[in-house]
Amino acid sequence: MSGLLDINFFALSGQLLVGLINGSFYALLSLGLAIIFGLLRIINFAQGALYMVGAFAALLGLKYLSLSYWQALIFVPIMVGIFGMLIQVFLIRPIANQDHLYSLLLTFGLALMLQGIFTHLFGSSGLSYPTPEALKGGTRLPFMYLPNYRAWIIAVSVVVCGLTWWAIEKTKLGAYLRAGTENPQLLQAFGVNVPLIITLTFGFGVALAGLAGVLAAPVYSVSPDMGSNILIVVFAIVVIGGMGSIGGAIITGLAMGVIEGLTKYFYPQASSTVIFVVMVIVLMIKPSGLFGKEA
Amino acid sequence: MINRKLLIALLAIGLLAPLAVYPVFLAKLLCFALFAAAFNLLLGFVGILSFGHAAFLGTGGYVTGWLMLNSGLTPELAIIAGTLAGALLGAVYGKLAVKREGIYFAMVTLALAQLTFFIYLQAPFTGGEDGMQGIPRRALFGLIDLSNNTVMYYLVLAIFCFGFWLINRTIHSPFGQVLKAIRENEPRAISLGYDVEKYKWLAFVISAALAALAGGTKSLVFELASLTDVHWHMSGEVILMTLVGGVGTLFGPLAGAALVVTMQNYLSGGELGNYLHIIMGAVFVICVLSFRSGIVGQLQKFKRNNF
Repeated sequence: MSGLLDINFFALSGQLLVGLINGSFYALLSLGLAIIFGLLRIINFAQGALYMVGAFAALLGLKYLSLSYWQALIFVPIMVGIFGMLIQVFLIRPIANQDHLYSLLLTFGLALMLQGIFTHLFGSSGLSYPTPEALKGGTRLPFMYLPNYRAWIIAVSVVVCGLTWWAIEKTKLGAYLRAGTENPQLLQAFGVNVPLIITLTFGFGVALAGLAGVLAAPVYSVSPDMGSNILIVVFAIVVIGGMGSIGGAIITGLAMGVIEGLTKYFYPQASSTVIFVVMVIVLMIKPSGLFGKEA
Repeated sequence: MINRKLLIALLAIGLLAPLAVYPVFLAKLLCFALFAAAFNLLLGFVGILSFGHAAFLGTGGYVTGWLMLNSGLTPELAIIAGTLAGALLGAVYGKLAVKREGIYFAMVTLALAQLTFFIYLQAPFTGGEDGMQGIPRRALFGLIDLSNNTVMYYLVLAIFCFGFWLINRTIHSPFGQVLKAIRENEPRAISLGYDVEKYKWLAFVISAALAALAGGTKSLVFELASLTDVHWHMSGEVILMTLVGGVGTLFGPLAGAALVVTMQNYLSGGELGNYLHIIMGAVFVICVLSFRSGIVGQLQKFKRNNF
């Protein structure tokens, strides 16, 4: 077997694991974007910045409030979600009737501000967050060494994405959300408080970014520009998957992480560009995206 | 129609300004004004938001800079080559991006610009993180030495006037009328039989070429081409300039570029330099919330209401 293609399985599975980790974050972030886009028809450019805020909140909580990782995992997404709802109510709602490009620009401005504030306070070099005690160490599998924390990230991401998908597709609240996506005026006419649903949806989508930030803190270095770097990749992923379906956003996120990991093994020079190249190819073959519904 | 008196007054200011202000600063301002005017051709007159115009600015700068460093070409030929390179890249990216509309268009252009950024980061000819340094200006047409900053400024002024004239011609031509029709109501333009994608694409190519023209000129002014010009921050800055000045107005990008470049120069010198991005972000938010027509847009409204 090794005579045909000289593949180092240890290195390959290591990169595949890194790819799955990245893919977990892509999936969480693009899921948040897709949920927000579904109801509000806007792209939240601050999603990456809020992911960064989530990571910093975990770090600062540990340092100043001795907030444990597990507490951060609960409280930080709630905090980021509330912050997001405030943004939605006070900044996005007033321009909801304008061209949606304006809300993109508004959230871009917010992202610049957040990134600027954190750079000013903490500098641009990365800080590190300790891996929680219970998830230290790893498991030796026959073909690779699997650090527990990395397995945990993938598990959390898959469970959270799965639960979100289930909540949207199978519950009453999810039905409201899907109805609001189809026709908000009609839903409101049935007596549903649509503005409240919009605010809650925005808060939830943003909370997913906060959760991703807490998850990312122990594996990536926590720095002010961690959000903008990942967000542009997530945008490409959103274009690849199309925002027609929640499941599509999750699958595309994970798949692109894996493709990136494979590229890191086979042709490392292209690992930072491969997702953009995939986007170009998808645009040429199926412009509406793999899971896109519109023509 | 453009106000002839205003135009003559502005030109006089442009010609006399080096007497009062440092010419390199003025040249920088005009390069950014041309960049913003090119961007505004898309957002203001076709209604499409490109979030990746830094790719064209940077390409123009790198190609012009590389030719000045590695070939004997005179500056005007190097700038033309940079402009053509930008147009070519714009033709390819435009072809891909016009397949999607609205917010998707913005995301596609942003992602393509990031692709360009990573390529320039790794490509050997750009000098990576260090950029291209010590780009010589040499002599225009082999005759006029550009090493004097004031002479360089007048070249930039001439290039800016050419770009501005071209944009003005474009938006007042029948082609420009179709662009505006697309901006106002795209389905109607389609139903009238216009190949909307082709019109958008051509506008995109013109805009990309002019952005590259600005980038090539800028690399001569600063004798430097670096990754800053290709970074997504730059794509954001040009949006901010256009927004502050007035989207869809002829003079808006000029006013916006003047304001933003002056602000950056002023802030980065003082102790507020650390706050630059925070302030830029705040200006973005304020403009979007309550100042959507921009400086020139507000002035036009004021003029309409009072005269």
